[in-house]
Amino acid sequence: MRLAPIDRELLGGLHGPAAQKAMEILQTYGAVMGAEEFIAIESAHIDGCLYHGPSTIDFVRLFVDLGGRVRVPTTLNVAAVDTTHPSLHCGPPEFIPAQEETTALHEQLGCVATLTCAPYQRIFRPRLGEHVAWAESNAIVFVNSVLGARTDRYGDFIDLCAALTGRVPCAGLHLDANRQPALLIDIAPPRQARDLYFAAAGYALGEACKGRIAYIRGLPSDATEDELKGMGAAAASSGAVAMFHAEGLTPEARLWGGVIADLPHEPIGAERLDAAIAILCPLERGERVAAMCLGTPHFSFAEFVSLAALVDGRRAHPECGVFVSTSREIAEQIENSPMWGALSGFGVQLIVDTCTYLAPVVAQSGAIVTNSGKYAHYGPTHLQRRVGLMSMDRCVRCAEHGAVTP
Amino acid sequence: MIVRPLVAGRAEGELLLLSRPLSLWGGLDPEDGRITETTHPDVGRCVKGRLLAMEEARGSSSSASILVEAARCGTAPAAIILMRPDPILTIGSIVAELLYGVSIPIALVDARDWPQLRDAAWIMLDGGRLKAGG
Repeated sequence: MRLAPIDRELLGGLHGPAAQKAMEILQTYGAVMGAEEFIAIESAHIDGCLYHGPSTIDFVRLFVDLGGRVRVPTTLNVAAVDTTHPSLHCGPPEFIPAQEETTALHEQLGCVATLTCAPYQRIFRPRLGEHVAWAESNAIVFVNSVLGARTDRYGDFIDLCAALTGRVPCAGLHLDANRQPALLIDIAPPRQARDLYFAAAGYALGEACKGRIAYIRGLPSDATEDELKGMGAAAASSGAVAMFHAEGLTPEARLWGGVIADLPHEPIGAERLDAAIAILCPLERGERVAAMCLGTPHFSFAEFVSLAALVDGRRAHPECGVFVSTSREIAEQIENSPMWGALSGFGVQLIVDTCTYLAPVVAQSGAIVTNSGKYAHYGPTHLQRRVGLMSMDRCVRCAEHGAVTP
Repeated sequence: MIVRPLVAGRAEGELLLLSRPLSLWGGLDPEDGRITETTHPDVGRCVKGRLLAMEEARGSSSSASILVEAARCGTAPAAIILMRPDPILTIGSIVAELLYGVSIPIALVDARDWPQLRDAAWIMLDGGRLKAGG
């Protein structure tokens, strides 16, 4: 790889031993990726702050012991547990101190403990064309597709190395040529509730892409940022989708209008969307519902507004939990807003710093209902529970009855 | 056959060829090396010490951590064989070596050669060369 003066300084230890070690890892990684040079990044988003086991701490401590400090603004993705509500935690008790230690070690490196998977909906929002190093699959697909900033599909560890050096190998989705669509998808318009449609569309998209970038036609032209967020998260879960182009919706789609005629073409018809919903909702009518879980990815202020309007004057069944995951910042805003009355009256419990498909908070036995395609995909394995994907509207009805209702 | 080493190394052992891509995160229990994704056709099978082959990796970027945690627990696959390069598993392999000295070579097999894996039970991988046996 060609090295710029700053790369030589980093590798030579001029910026400290932590940056040096991180740069060595990036160099090995860059060679594997076939990169010719390094480029500067504007920000980093770390997924490696989620405690998976002792190796999580071993890695970050290596850099703390070397006196490391991040060189670009760096945010943290979700943690394994909501340490602000320890009484709700039903997982292994040792996860609480282990997660606190993991977060604190990252803060010692200068990371901002945002602990959210949707920092892009707040002030940490990359701009069109900017190079960044973001990890976590929903954040990656959102940043590339919806914002048109450029991140490769970074994983744990490499994200921290990028933050500690401010450099990444110029490869993958940092390069124009690799952002070109390789598949044309015509998708059927919604016949179901919008949130359910976008979750199913994402799941079907992931299955169809097989590692390729799709150019999608046919999505509703008024699709909101939250809808694209939900679709991208589902697509990243069911297939390793790191980027998509949606005609008329995403900023780079217009660049590729000329090439789509030559692409392999695959329709996602109404029956394929129905099939995706059938896979993600195996629940039976009348089945006991233990909880309604929303906010995967983290709920935005606008999503809380929709939920509040829906639950106003209603109340969840006393045996059914209602959990909504979001960032600390939005949680505080919601708790101090007039809509908190409707939300808390229904039984909404805000979960911060984590997500309820990672951090077990549902104590009662029974199924979980959600409007998140990502949750419905990962939940059954993670929580060893039955999970059903449905519209937020129907989730609320199920929560009211404590049972699966049409 | 000739393969492209993403992370060079030597490994020999039983082949575990998955019929569908797997996300290690949410799909593998690093404590015992078993596949836990309930909807995966190979659920319940164990990757420990085997050469794990799948056309591509899938899902969350946390898969790198699961690979490293598996290396720490001694349940990691002996090597990973892919058809499409995967940066997430690559970095997991590099860090497994850095923190715990565990080598998990990763090799890319060309799409034309991939069908040969279907008849193989035993694999020997050495840098850019792979030998498949019945």
